[in-house]
Amino acid sequence: MSKPSNKEMTIDQVVAELRDGMTIGIGGWGPRRKPMALVRAILRSDLKDLDIVSWGGADVGLLAEAGKIRSLTYAFVSLDSIPLEPLFQQARQNRTIPVIHEWDEGMFNTGLQAAAQRLPFLPMRAGLGSDVLRNNPELKLVKSPYADANGDHEEFVAVPALKLDVAMVHLNRADVHGNASYLGPDPYFDDLFCMAADRAYVSCEQIVDTAGLTVDTPVQRVLLHRTMVTGVVETPNGAHFTTCTPDYERDEKFQKHYAASTADPEDWAAFKARFLSGDEAAYQAAVAEFTKEQA
Amino acid sequence: MTDVTRAEICAAAIADAFKDDGEIFGSPMGTMPMLGVRLAKLTSNPDLAISDGESLFLAGVPPLYAKGDVVEGWIPFRRVFDVVAYGKRHVMMGATQVDRHGNQNISAIGPFEQPKRQLLGSRGAPGNTVNNRTSYWVPKQSSRVFVEKVDVVTGVGPKLAREAGPAAAKYNDIHRIVTDLGVYDVGGPDDTVRLLSLHPGVTVEDVQAASAFEIHVSGDVPTTREPSVGELMLIREMLDPRGLREREVPNP
Repeated sequence: MSKPSNKEMTIDQVVAELRDGMTIGIGGWGPRRKPMALVRAILRSDLKDLDIVSWGGADVGLLAEAGKIRSLTYAFVSLDSIPLEPLFQQARQNRTIPVIHEWDEGMFNTGLQAAAQRLPFLPMRAGLGSDVLRNNPELKLVKSPYADANGDHEEFVAVPALKLDVAMVHLNRADVHGNASYLGPDPYFDDLFCMAADRAYVSCEQIVDTAGLTVDTPVQRVLLHRTMVTGVVETPNGAHFTTCTPDYERDEKFQKHYAASTADPEDWAAFKARFLSGDEAAYQAAVAEFTKEQA
Repeated sequence: MTDVTRAEICAAAIADAFKDDGEIFGSPMGTMPMLGVRLAKLTSNPDLAISDGESLFLAGVPPLYAKGDVVEGWIPFRRVFDVVAYGKRHVMMGATQVDRHGNQNISAIGPFEQPKRQLLGSRGAPGNTVNNRTSYWVPKQSSRVFVEKVDVVTGVGPKLAREAGPAAAKYNDIHRIVTDLGVYDVGGPDDTVRLLSLHPGVTVEDVQAASAFEIHVSGDVPTTREPSVGELMLIREMLDPRGLREREVPNP
């Protein structure tokens, strides 16, 4: 019987396919369902000069602090229960990210849609009149070829396609072929990230048989189809310390510890030594130990 | 009911900002806006659509931050952008800075290239303000918030929108700015901030002292209304029994 390709990979195999200077889109939203195991693997790698496209959370803070980011496209960077991401703030205030593209949120969505539809741009109102246009002078306007009811040919922002070399997303379940489902409240924009990219890698809490994806779950939750996906990685707790509802919620104690540690260079060095100096298994072991201490 | 607090005055003023909206999505950012929007749904505007702030439209009106309610729809983040462009939405956002012309900043303090203090980012403010009705909530009005000119224009006021052309101005609708001192709109001369009402005990001198620009005042300024006994019961007993409002707006 014919079967589609098996795309199962390890975290390190995924990162080995990345190159310096690539444009990488990171799925999830702020501190929610981020592919953190893949982000941590990038932190361990020699990769540099990355162009990061993200609804930012700690993924952006960590990559910025590690000096991995050449350009950053974002609309916000936040940890939600801690409104401002401290490492991102430091990076902005010390001007350590060379190129900044701070867009409106809706523009970001539109840019991904343009890329996913293989269009150079899509028009929208967001950005008009605001400093998004002044701070991103490369953004151009486009005049409607159609008159509105008043006879005006409106001028819109021509949101350029957010074309990605690589997308990285984390979902709850996947099969080895790249079909994947989210079980939480929100799909975020993970399918758009995958369609905007030349190659898309999905990490997941659990790899299941294809039949397992819909055995107890409505088919509408299967967000990614294998035609959008290059590789699949099983990384239990791989979104830690962000949410991966319903498998787990955000690790607020850990997040608090992370944010507090950034305030002082010695504390931050200790945090890195404890949590970020080893591989993903070492990270998960250190987190388990931390959780036990906090209990 | 006596001893109405400043926070309760603010909650009713926020609710009033949503009373004439009809059947649209009332989208509050933060505790006090959420309290006001829910109060409006229980009183002046039962057609208002509210969400859990995450991904669900709620059919009922639960207390602040309570889990579990009858659900009437699905509003994940990406559908919010559809509703923004569709226009049937009134958002009340925070504002780290607001200027004379009703421009808002939540991006950064200082020069954008290297901010003195990086804030959230532009978030949805540029899109909100050119697509759907937008109001601002300022829990502590001061001359550091009401500034002559915002450092980064994230939310677009009517003057800038008009200058940017009909596509920007067509749906620009900065409705209310509610602070701990008073209620404003942008109906002053040349689209400037105008005082609509002063909270009980606050004077014109007080609000002017808490602003770096001259606020437009015409005639006798009314006092912001006190919530009714029914509204106070809803606020105190049902929507915010833990008194989160008093933490955000301490009683003067």
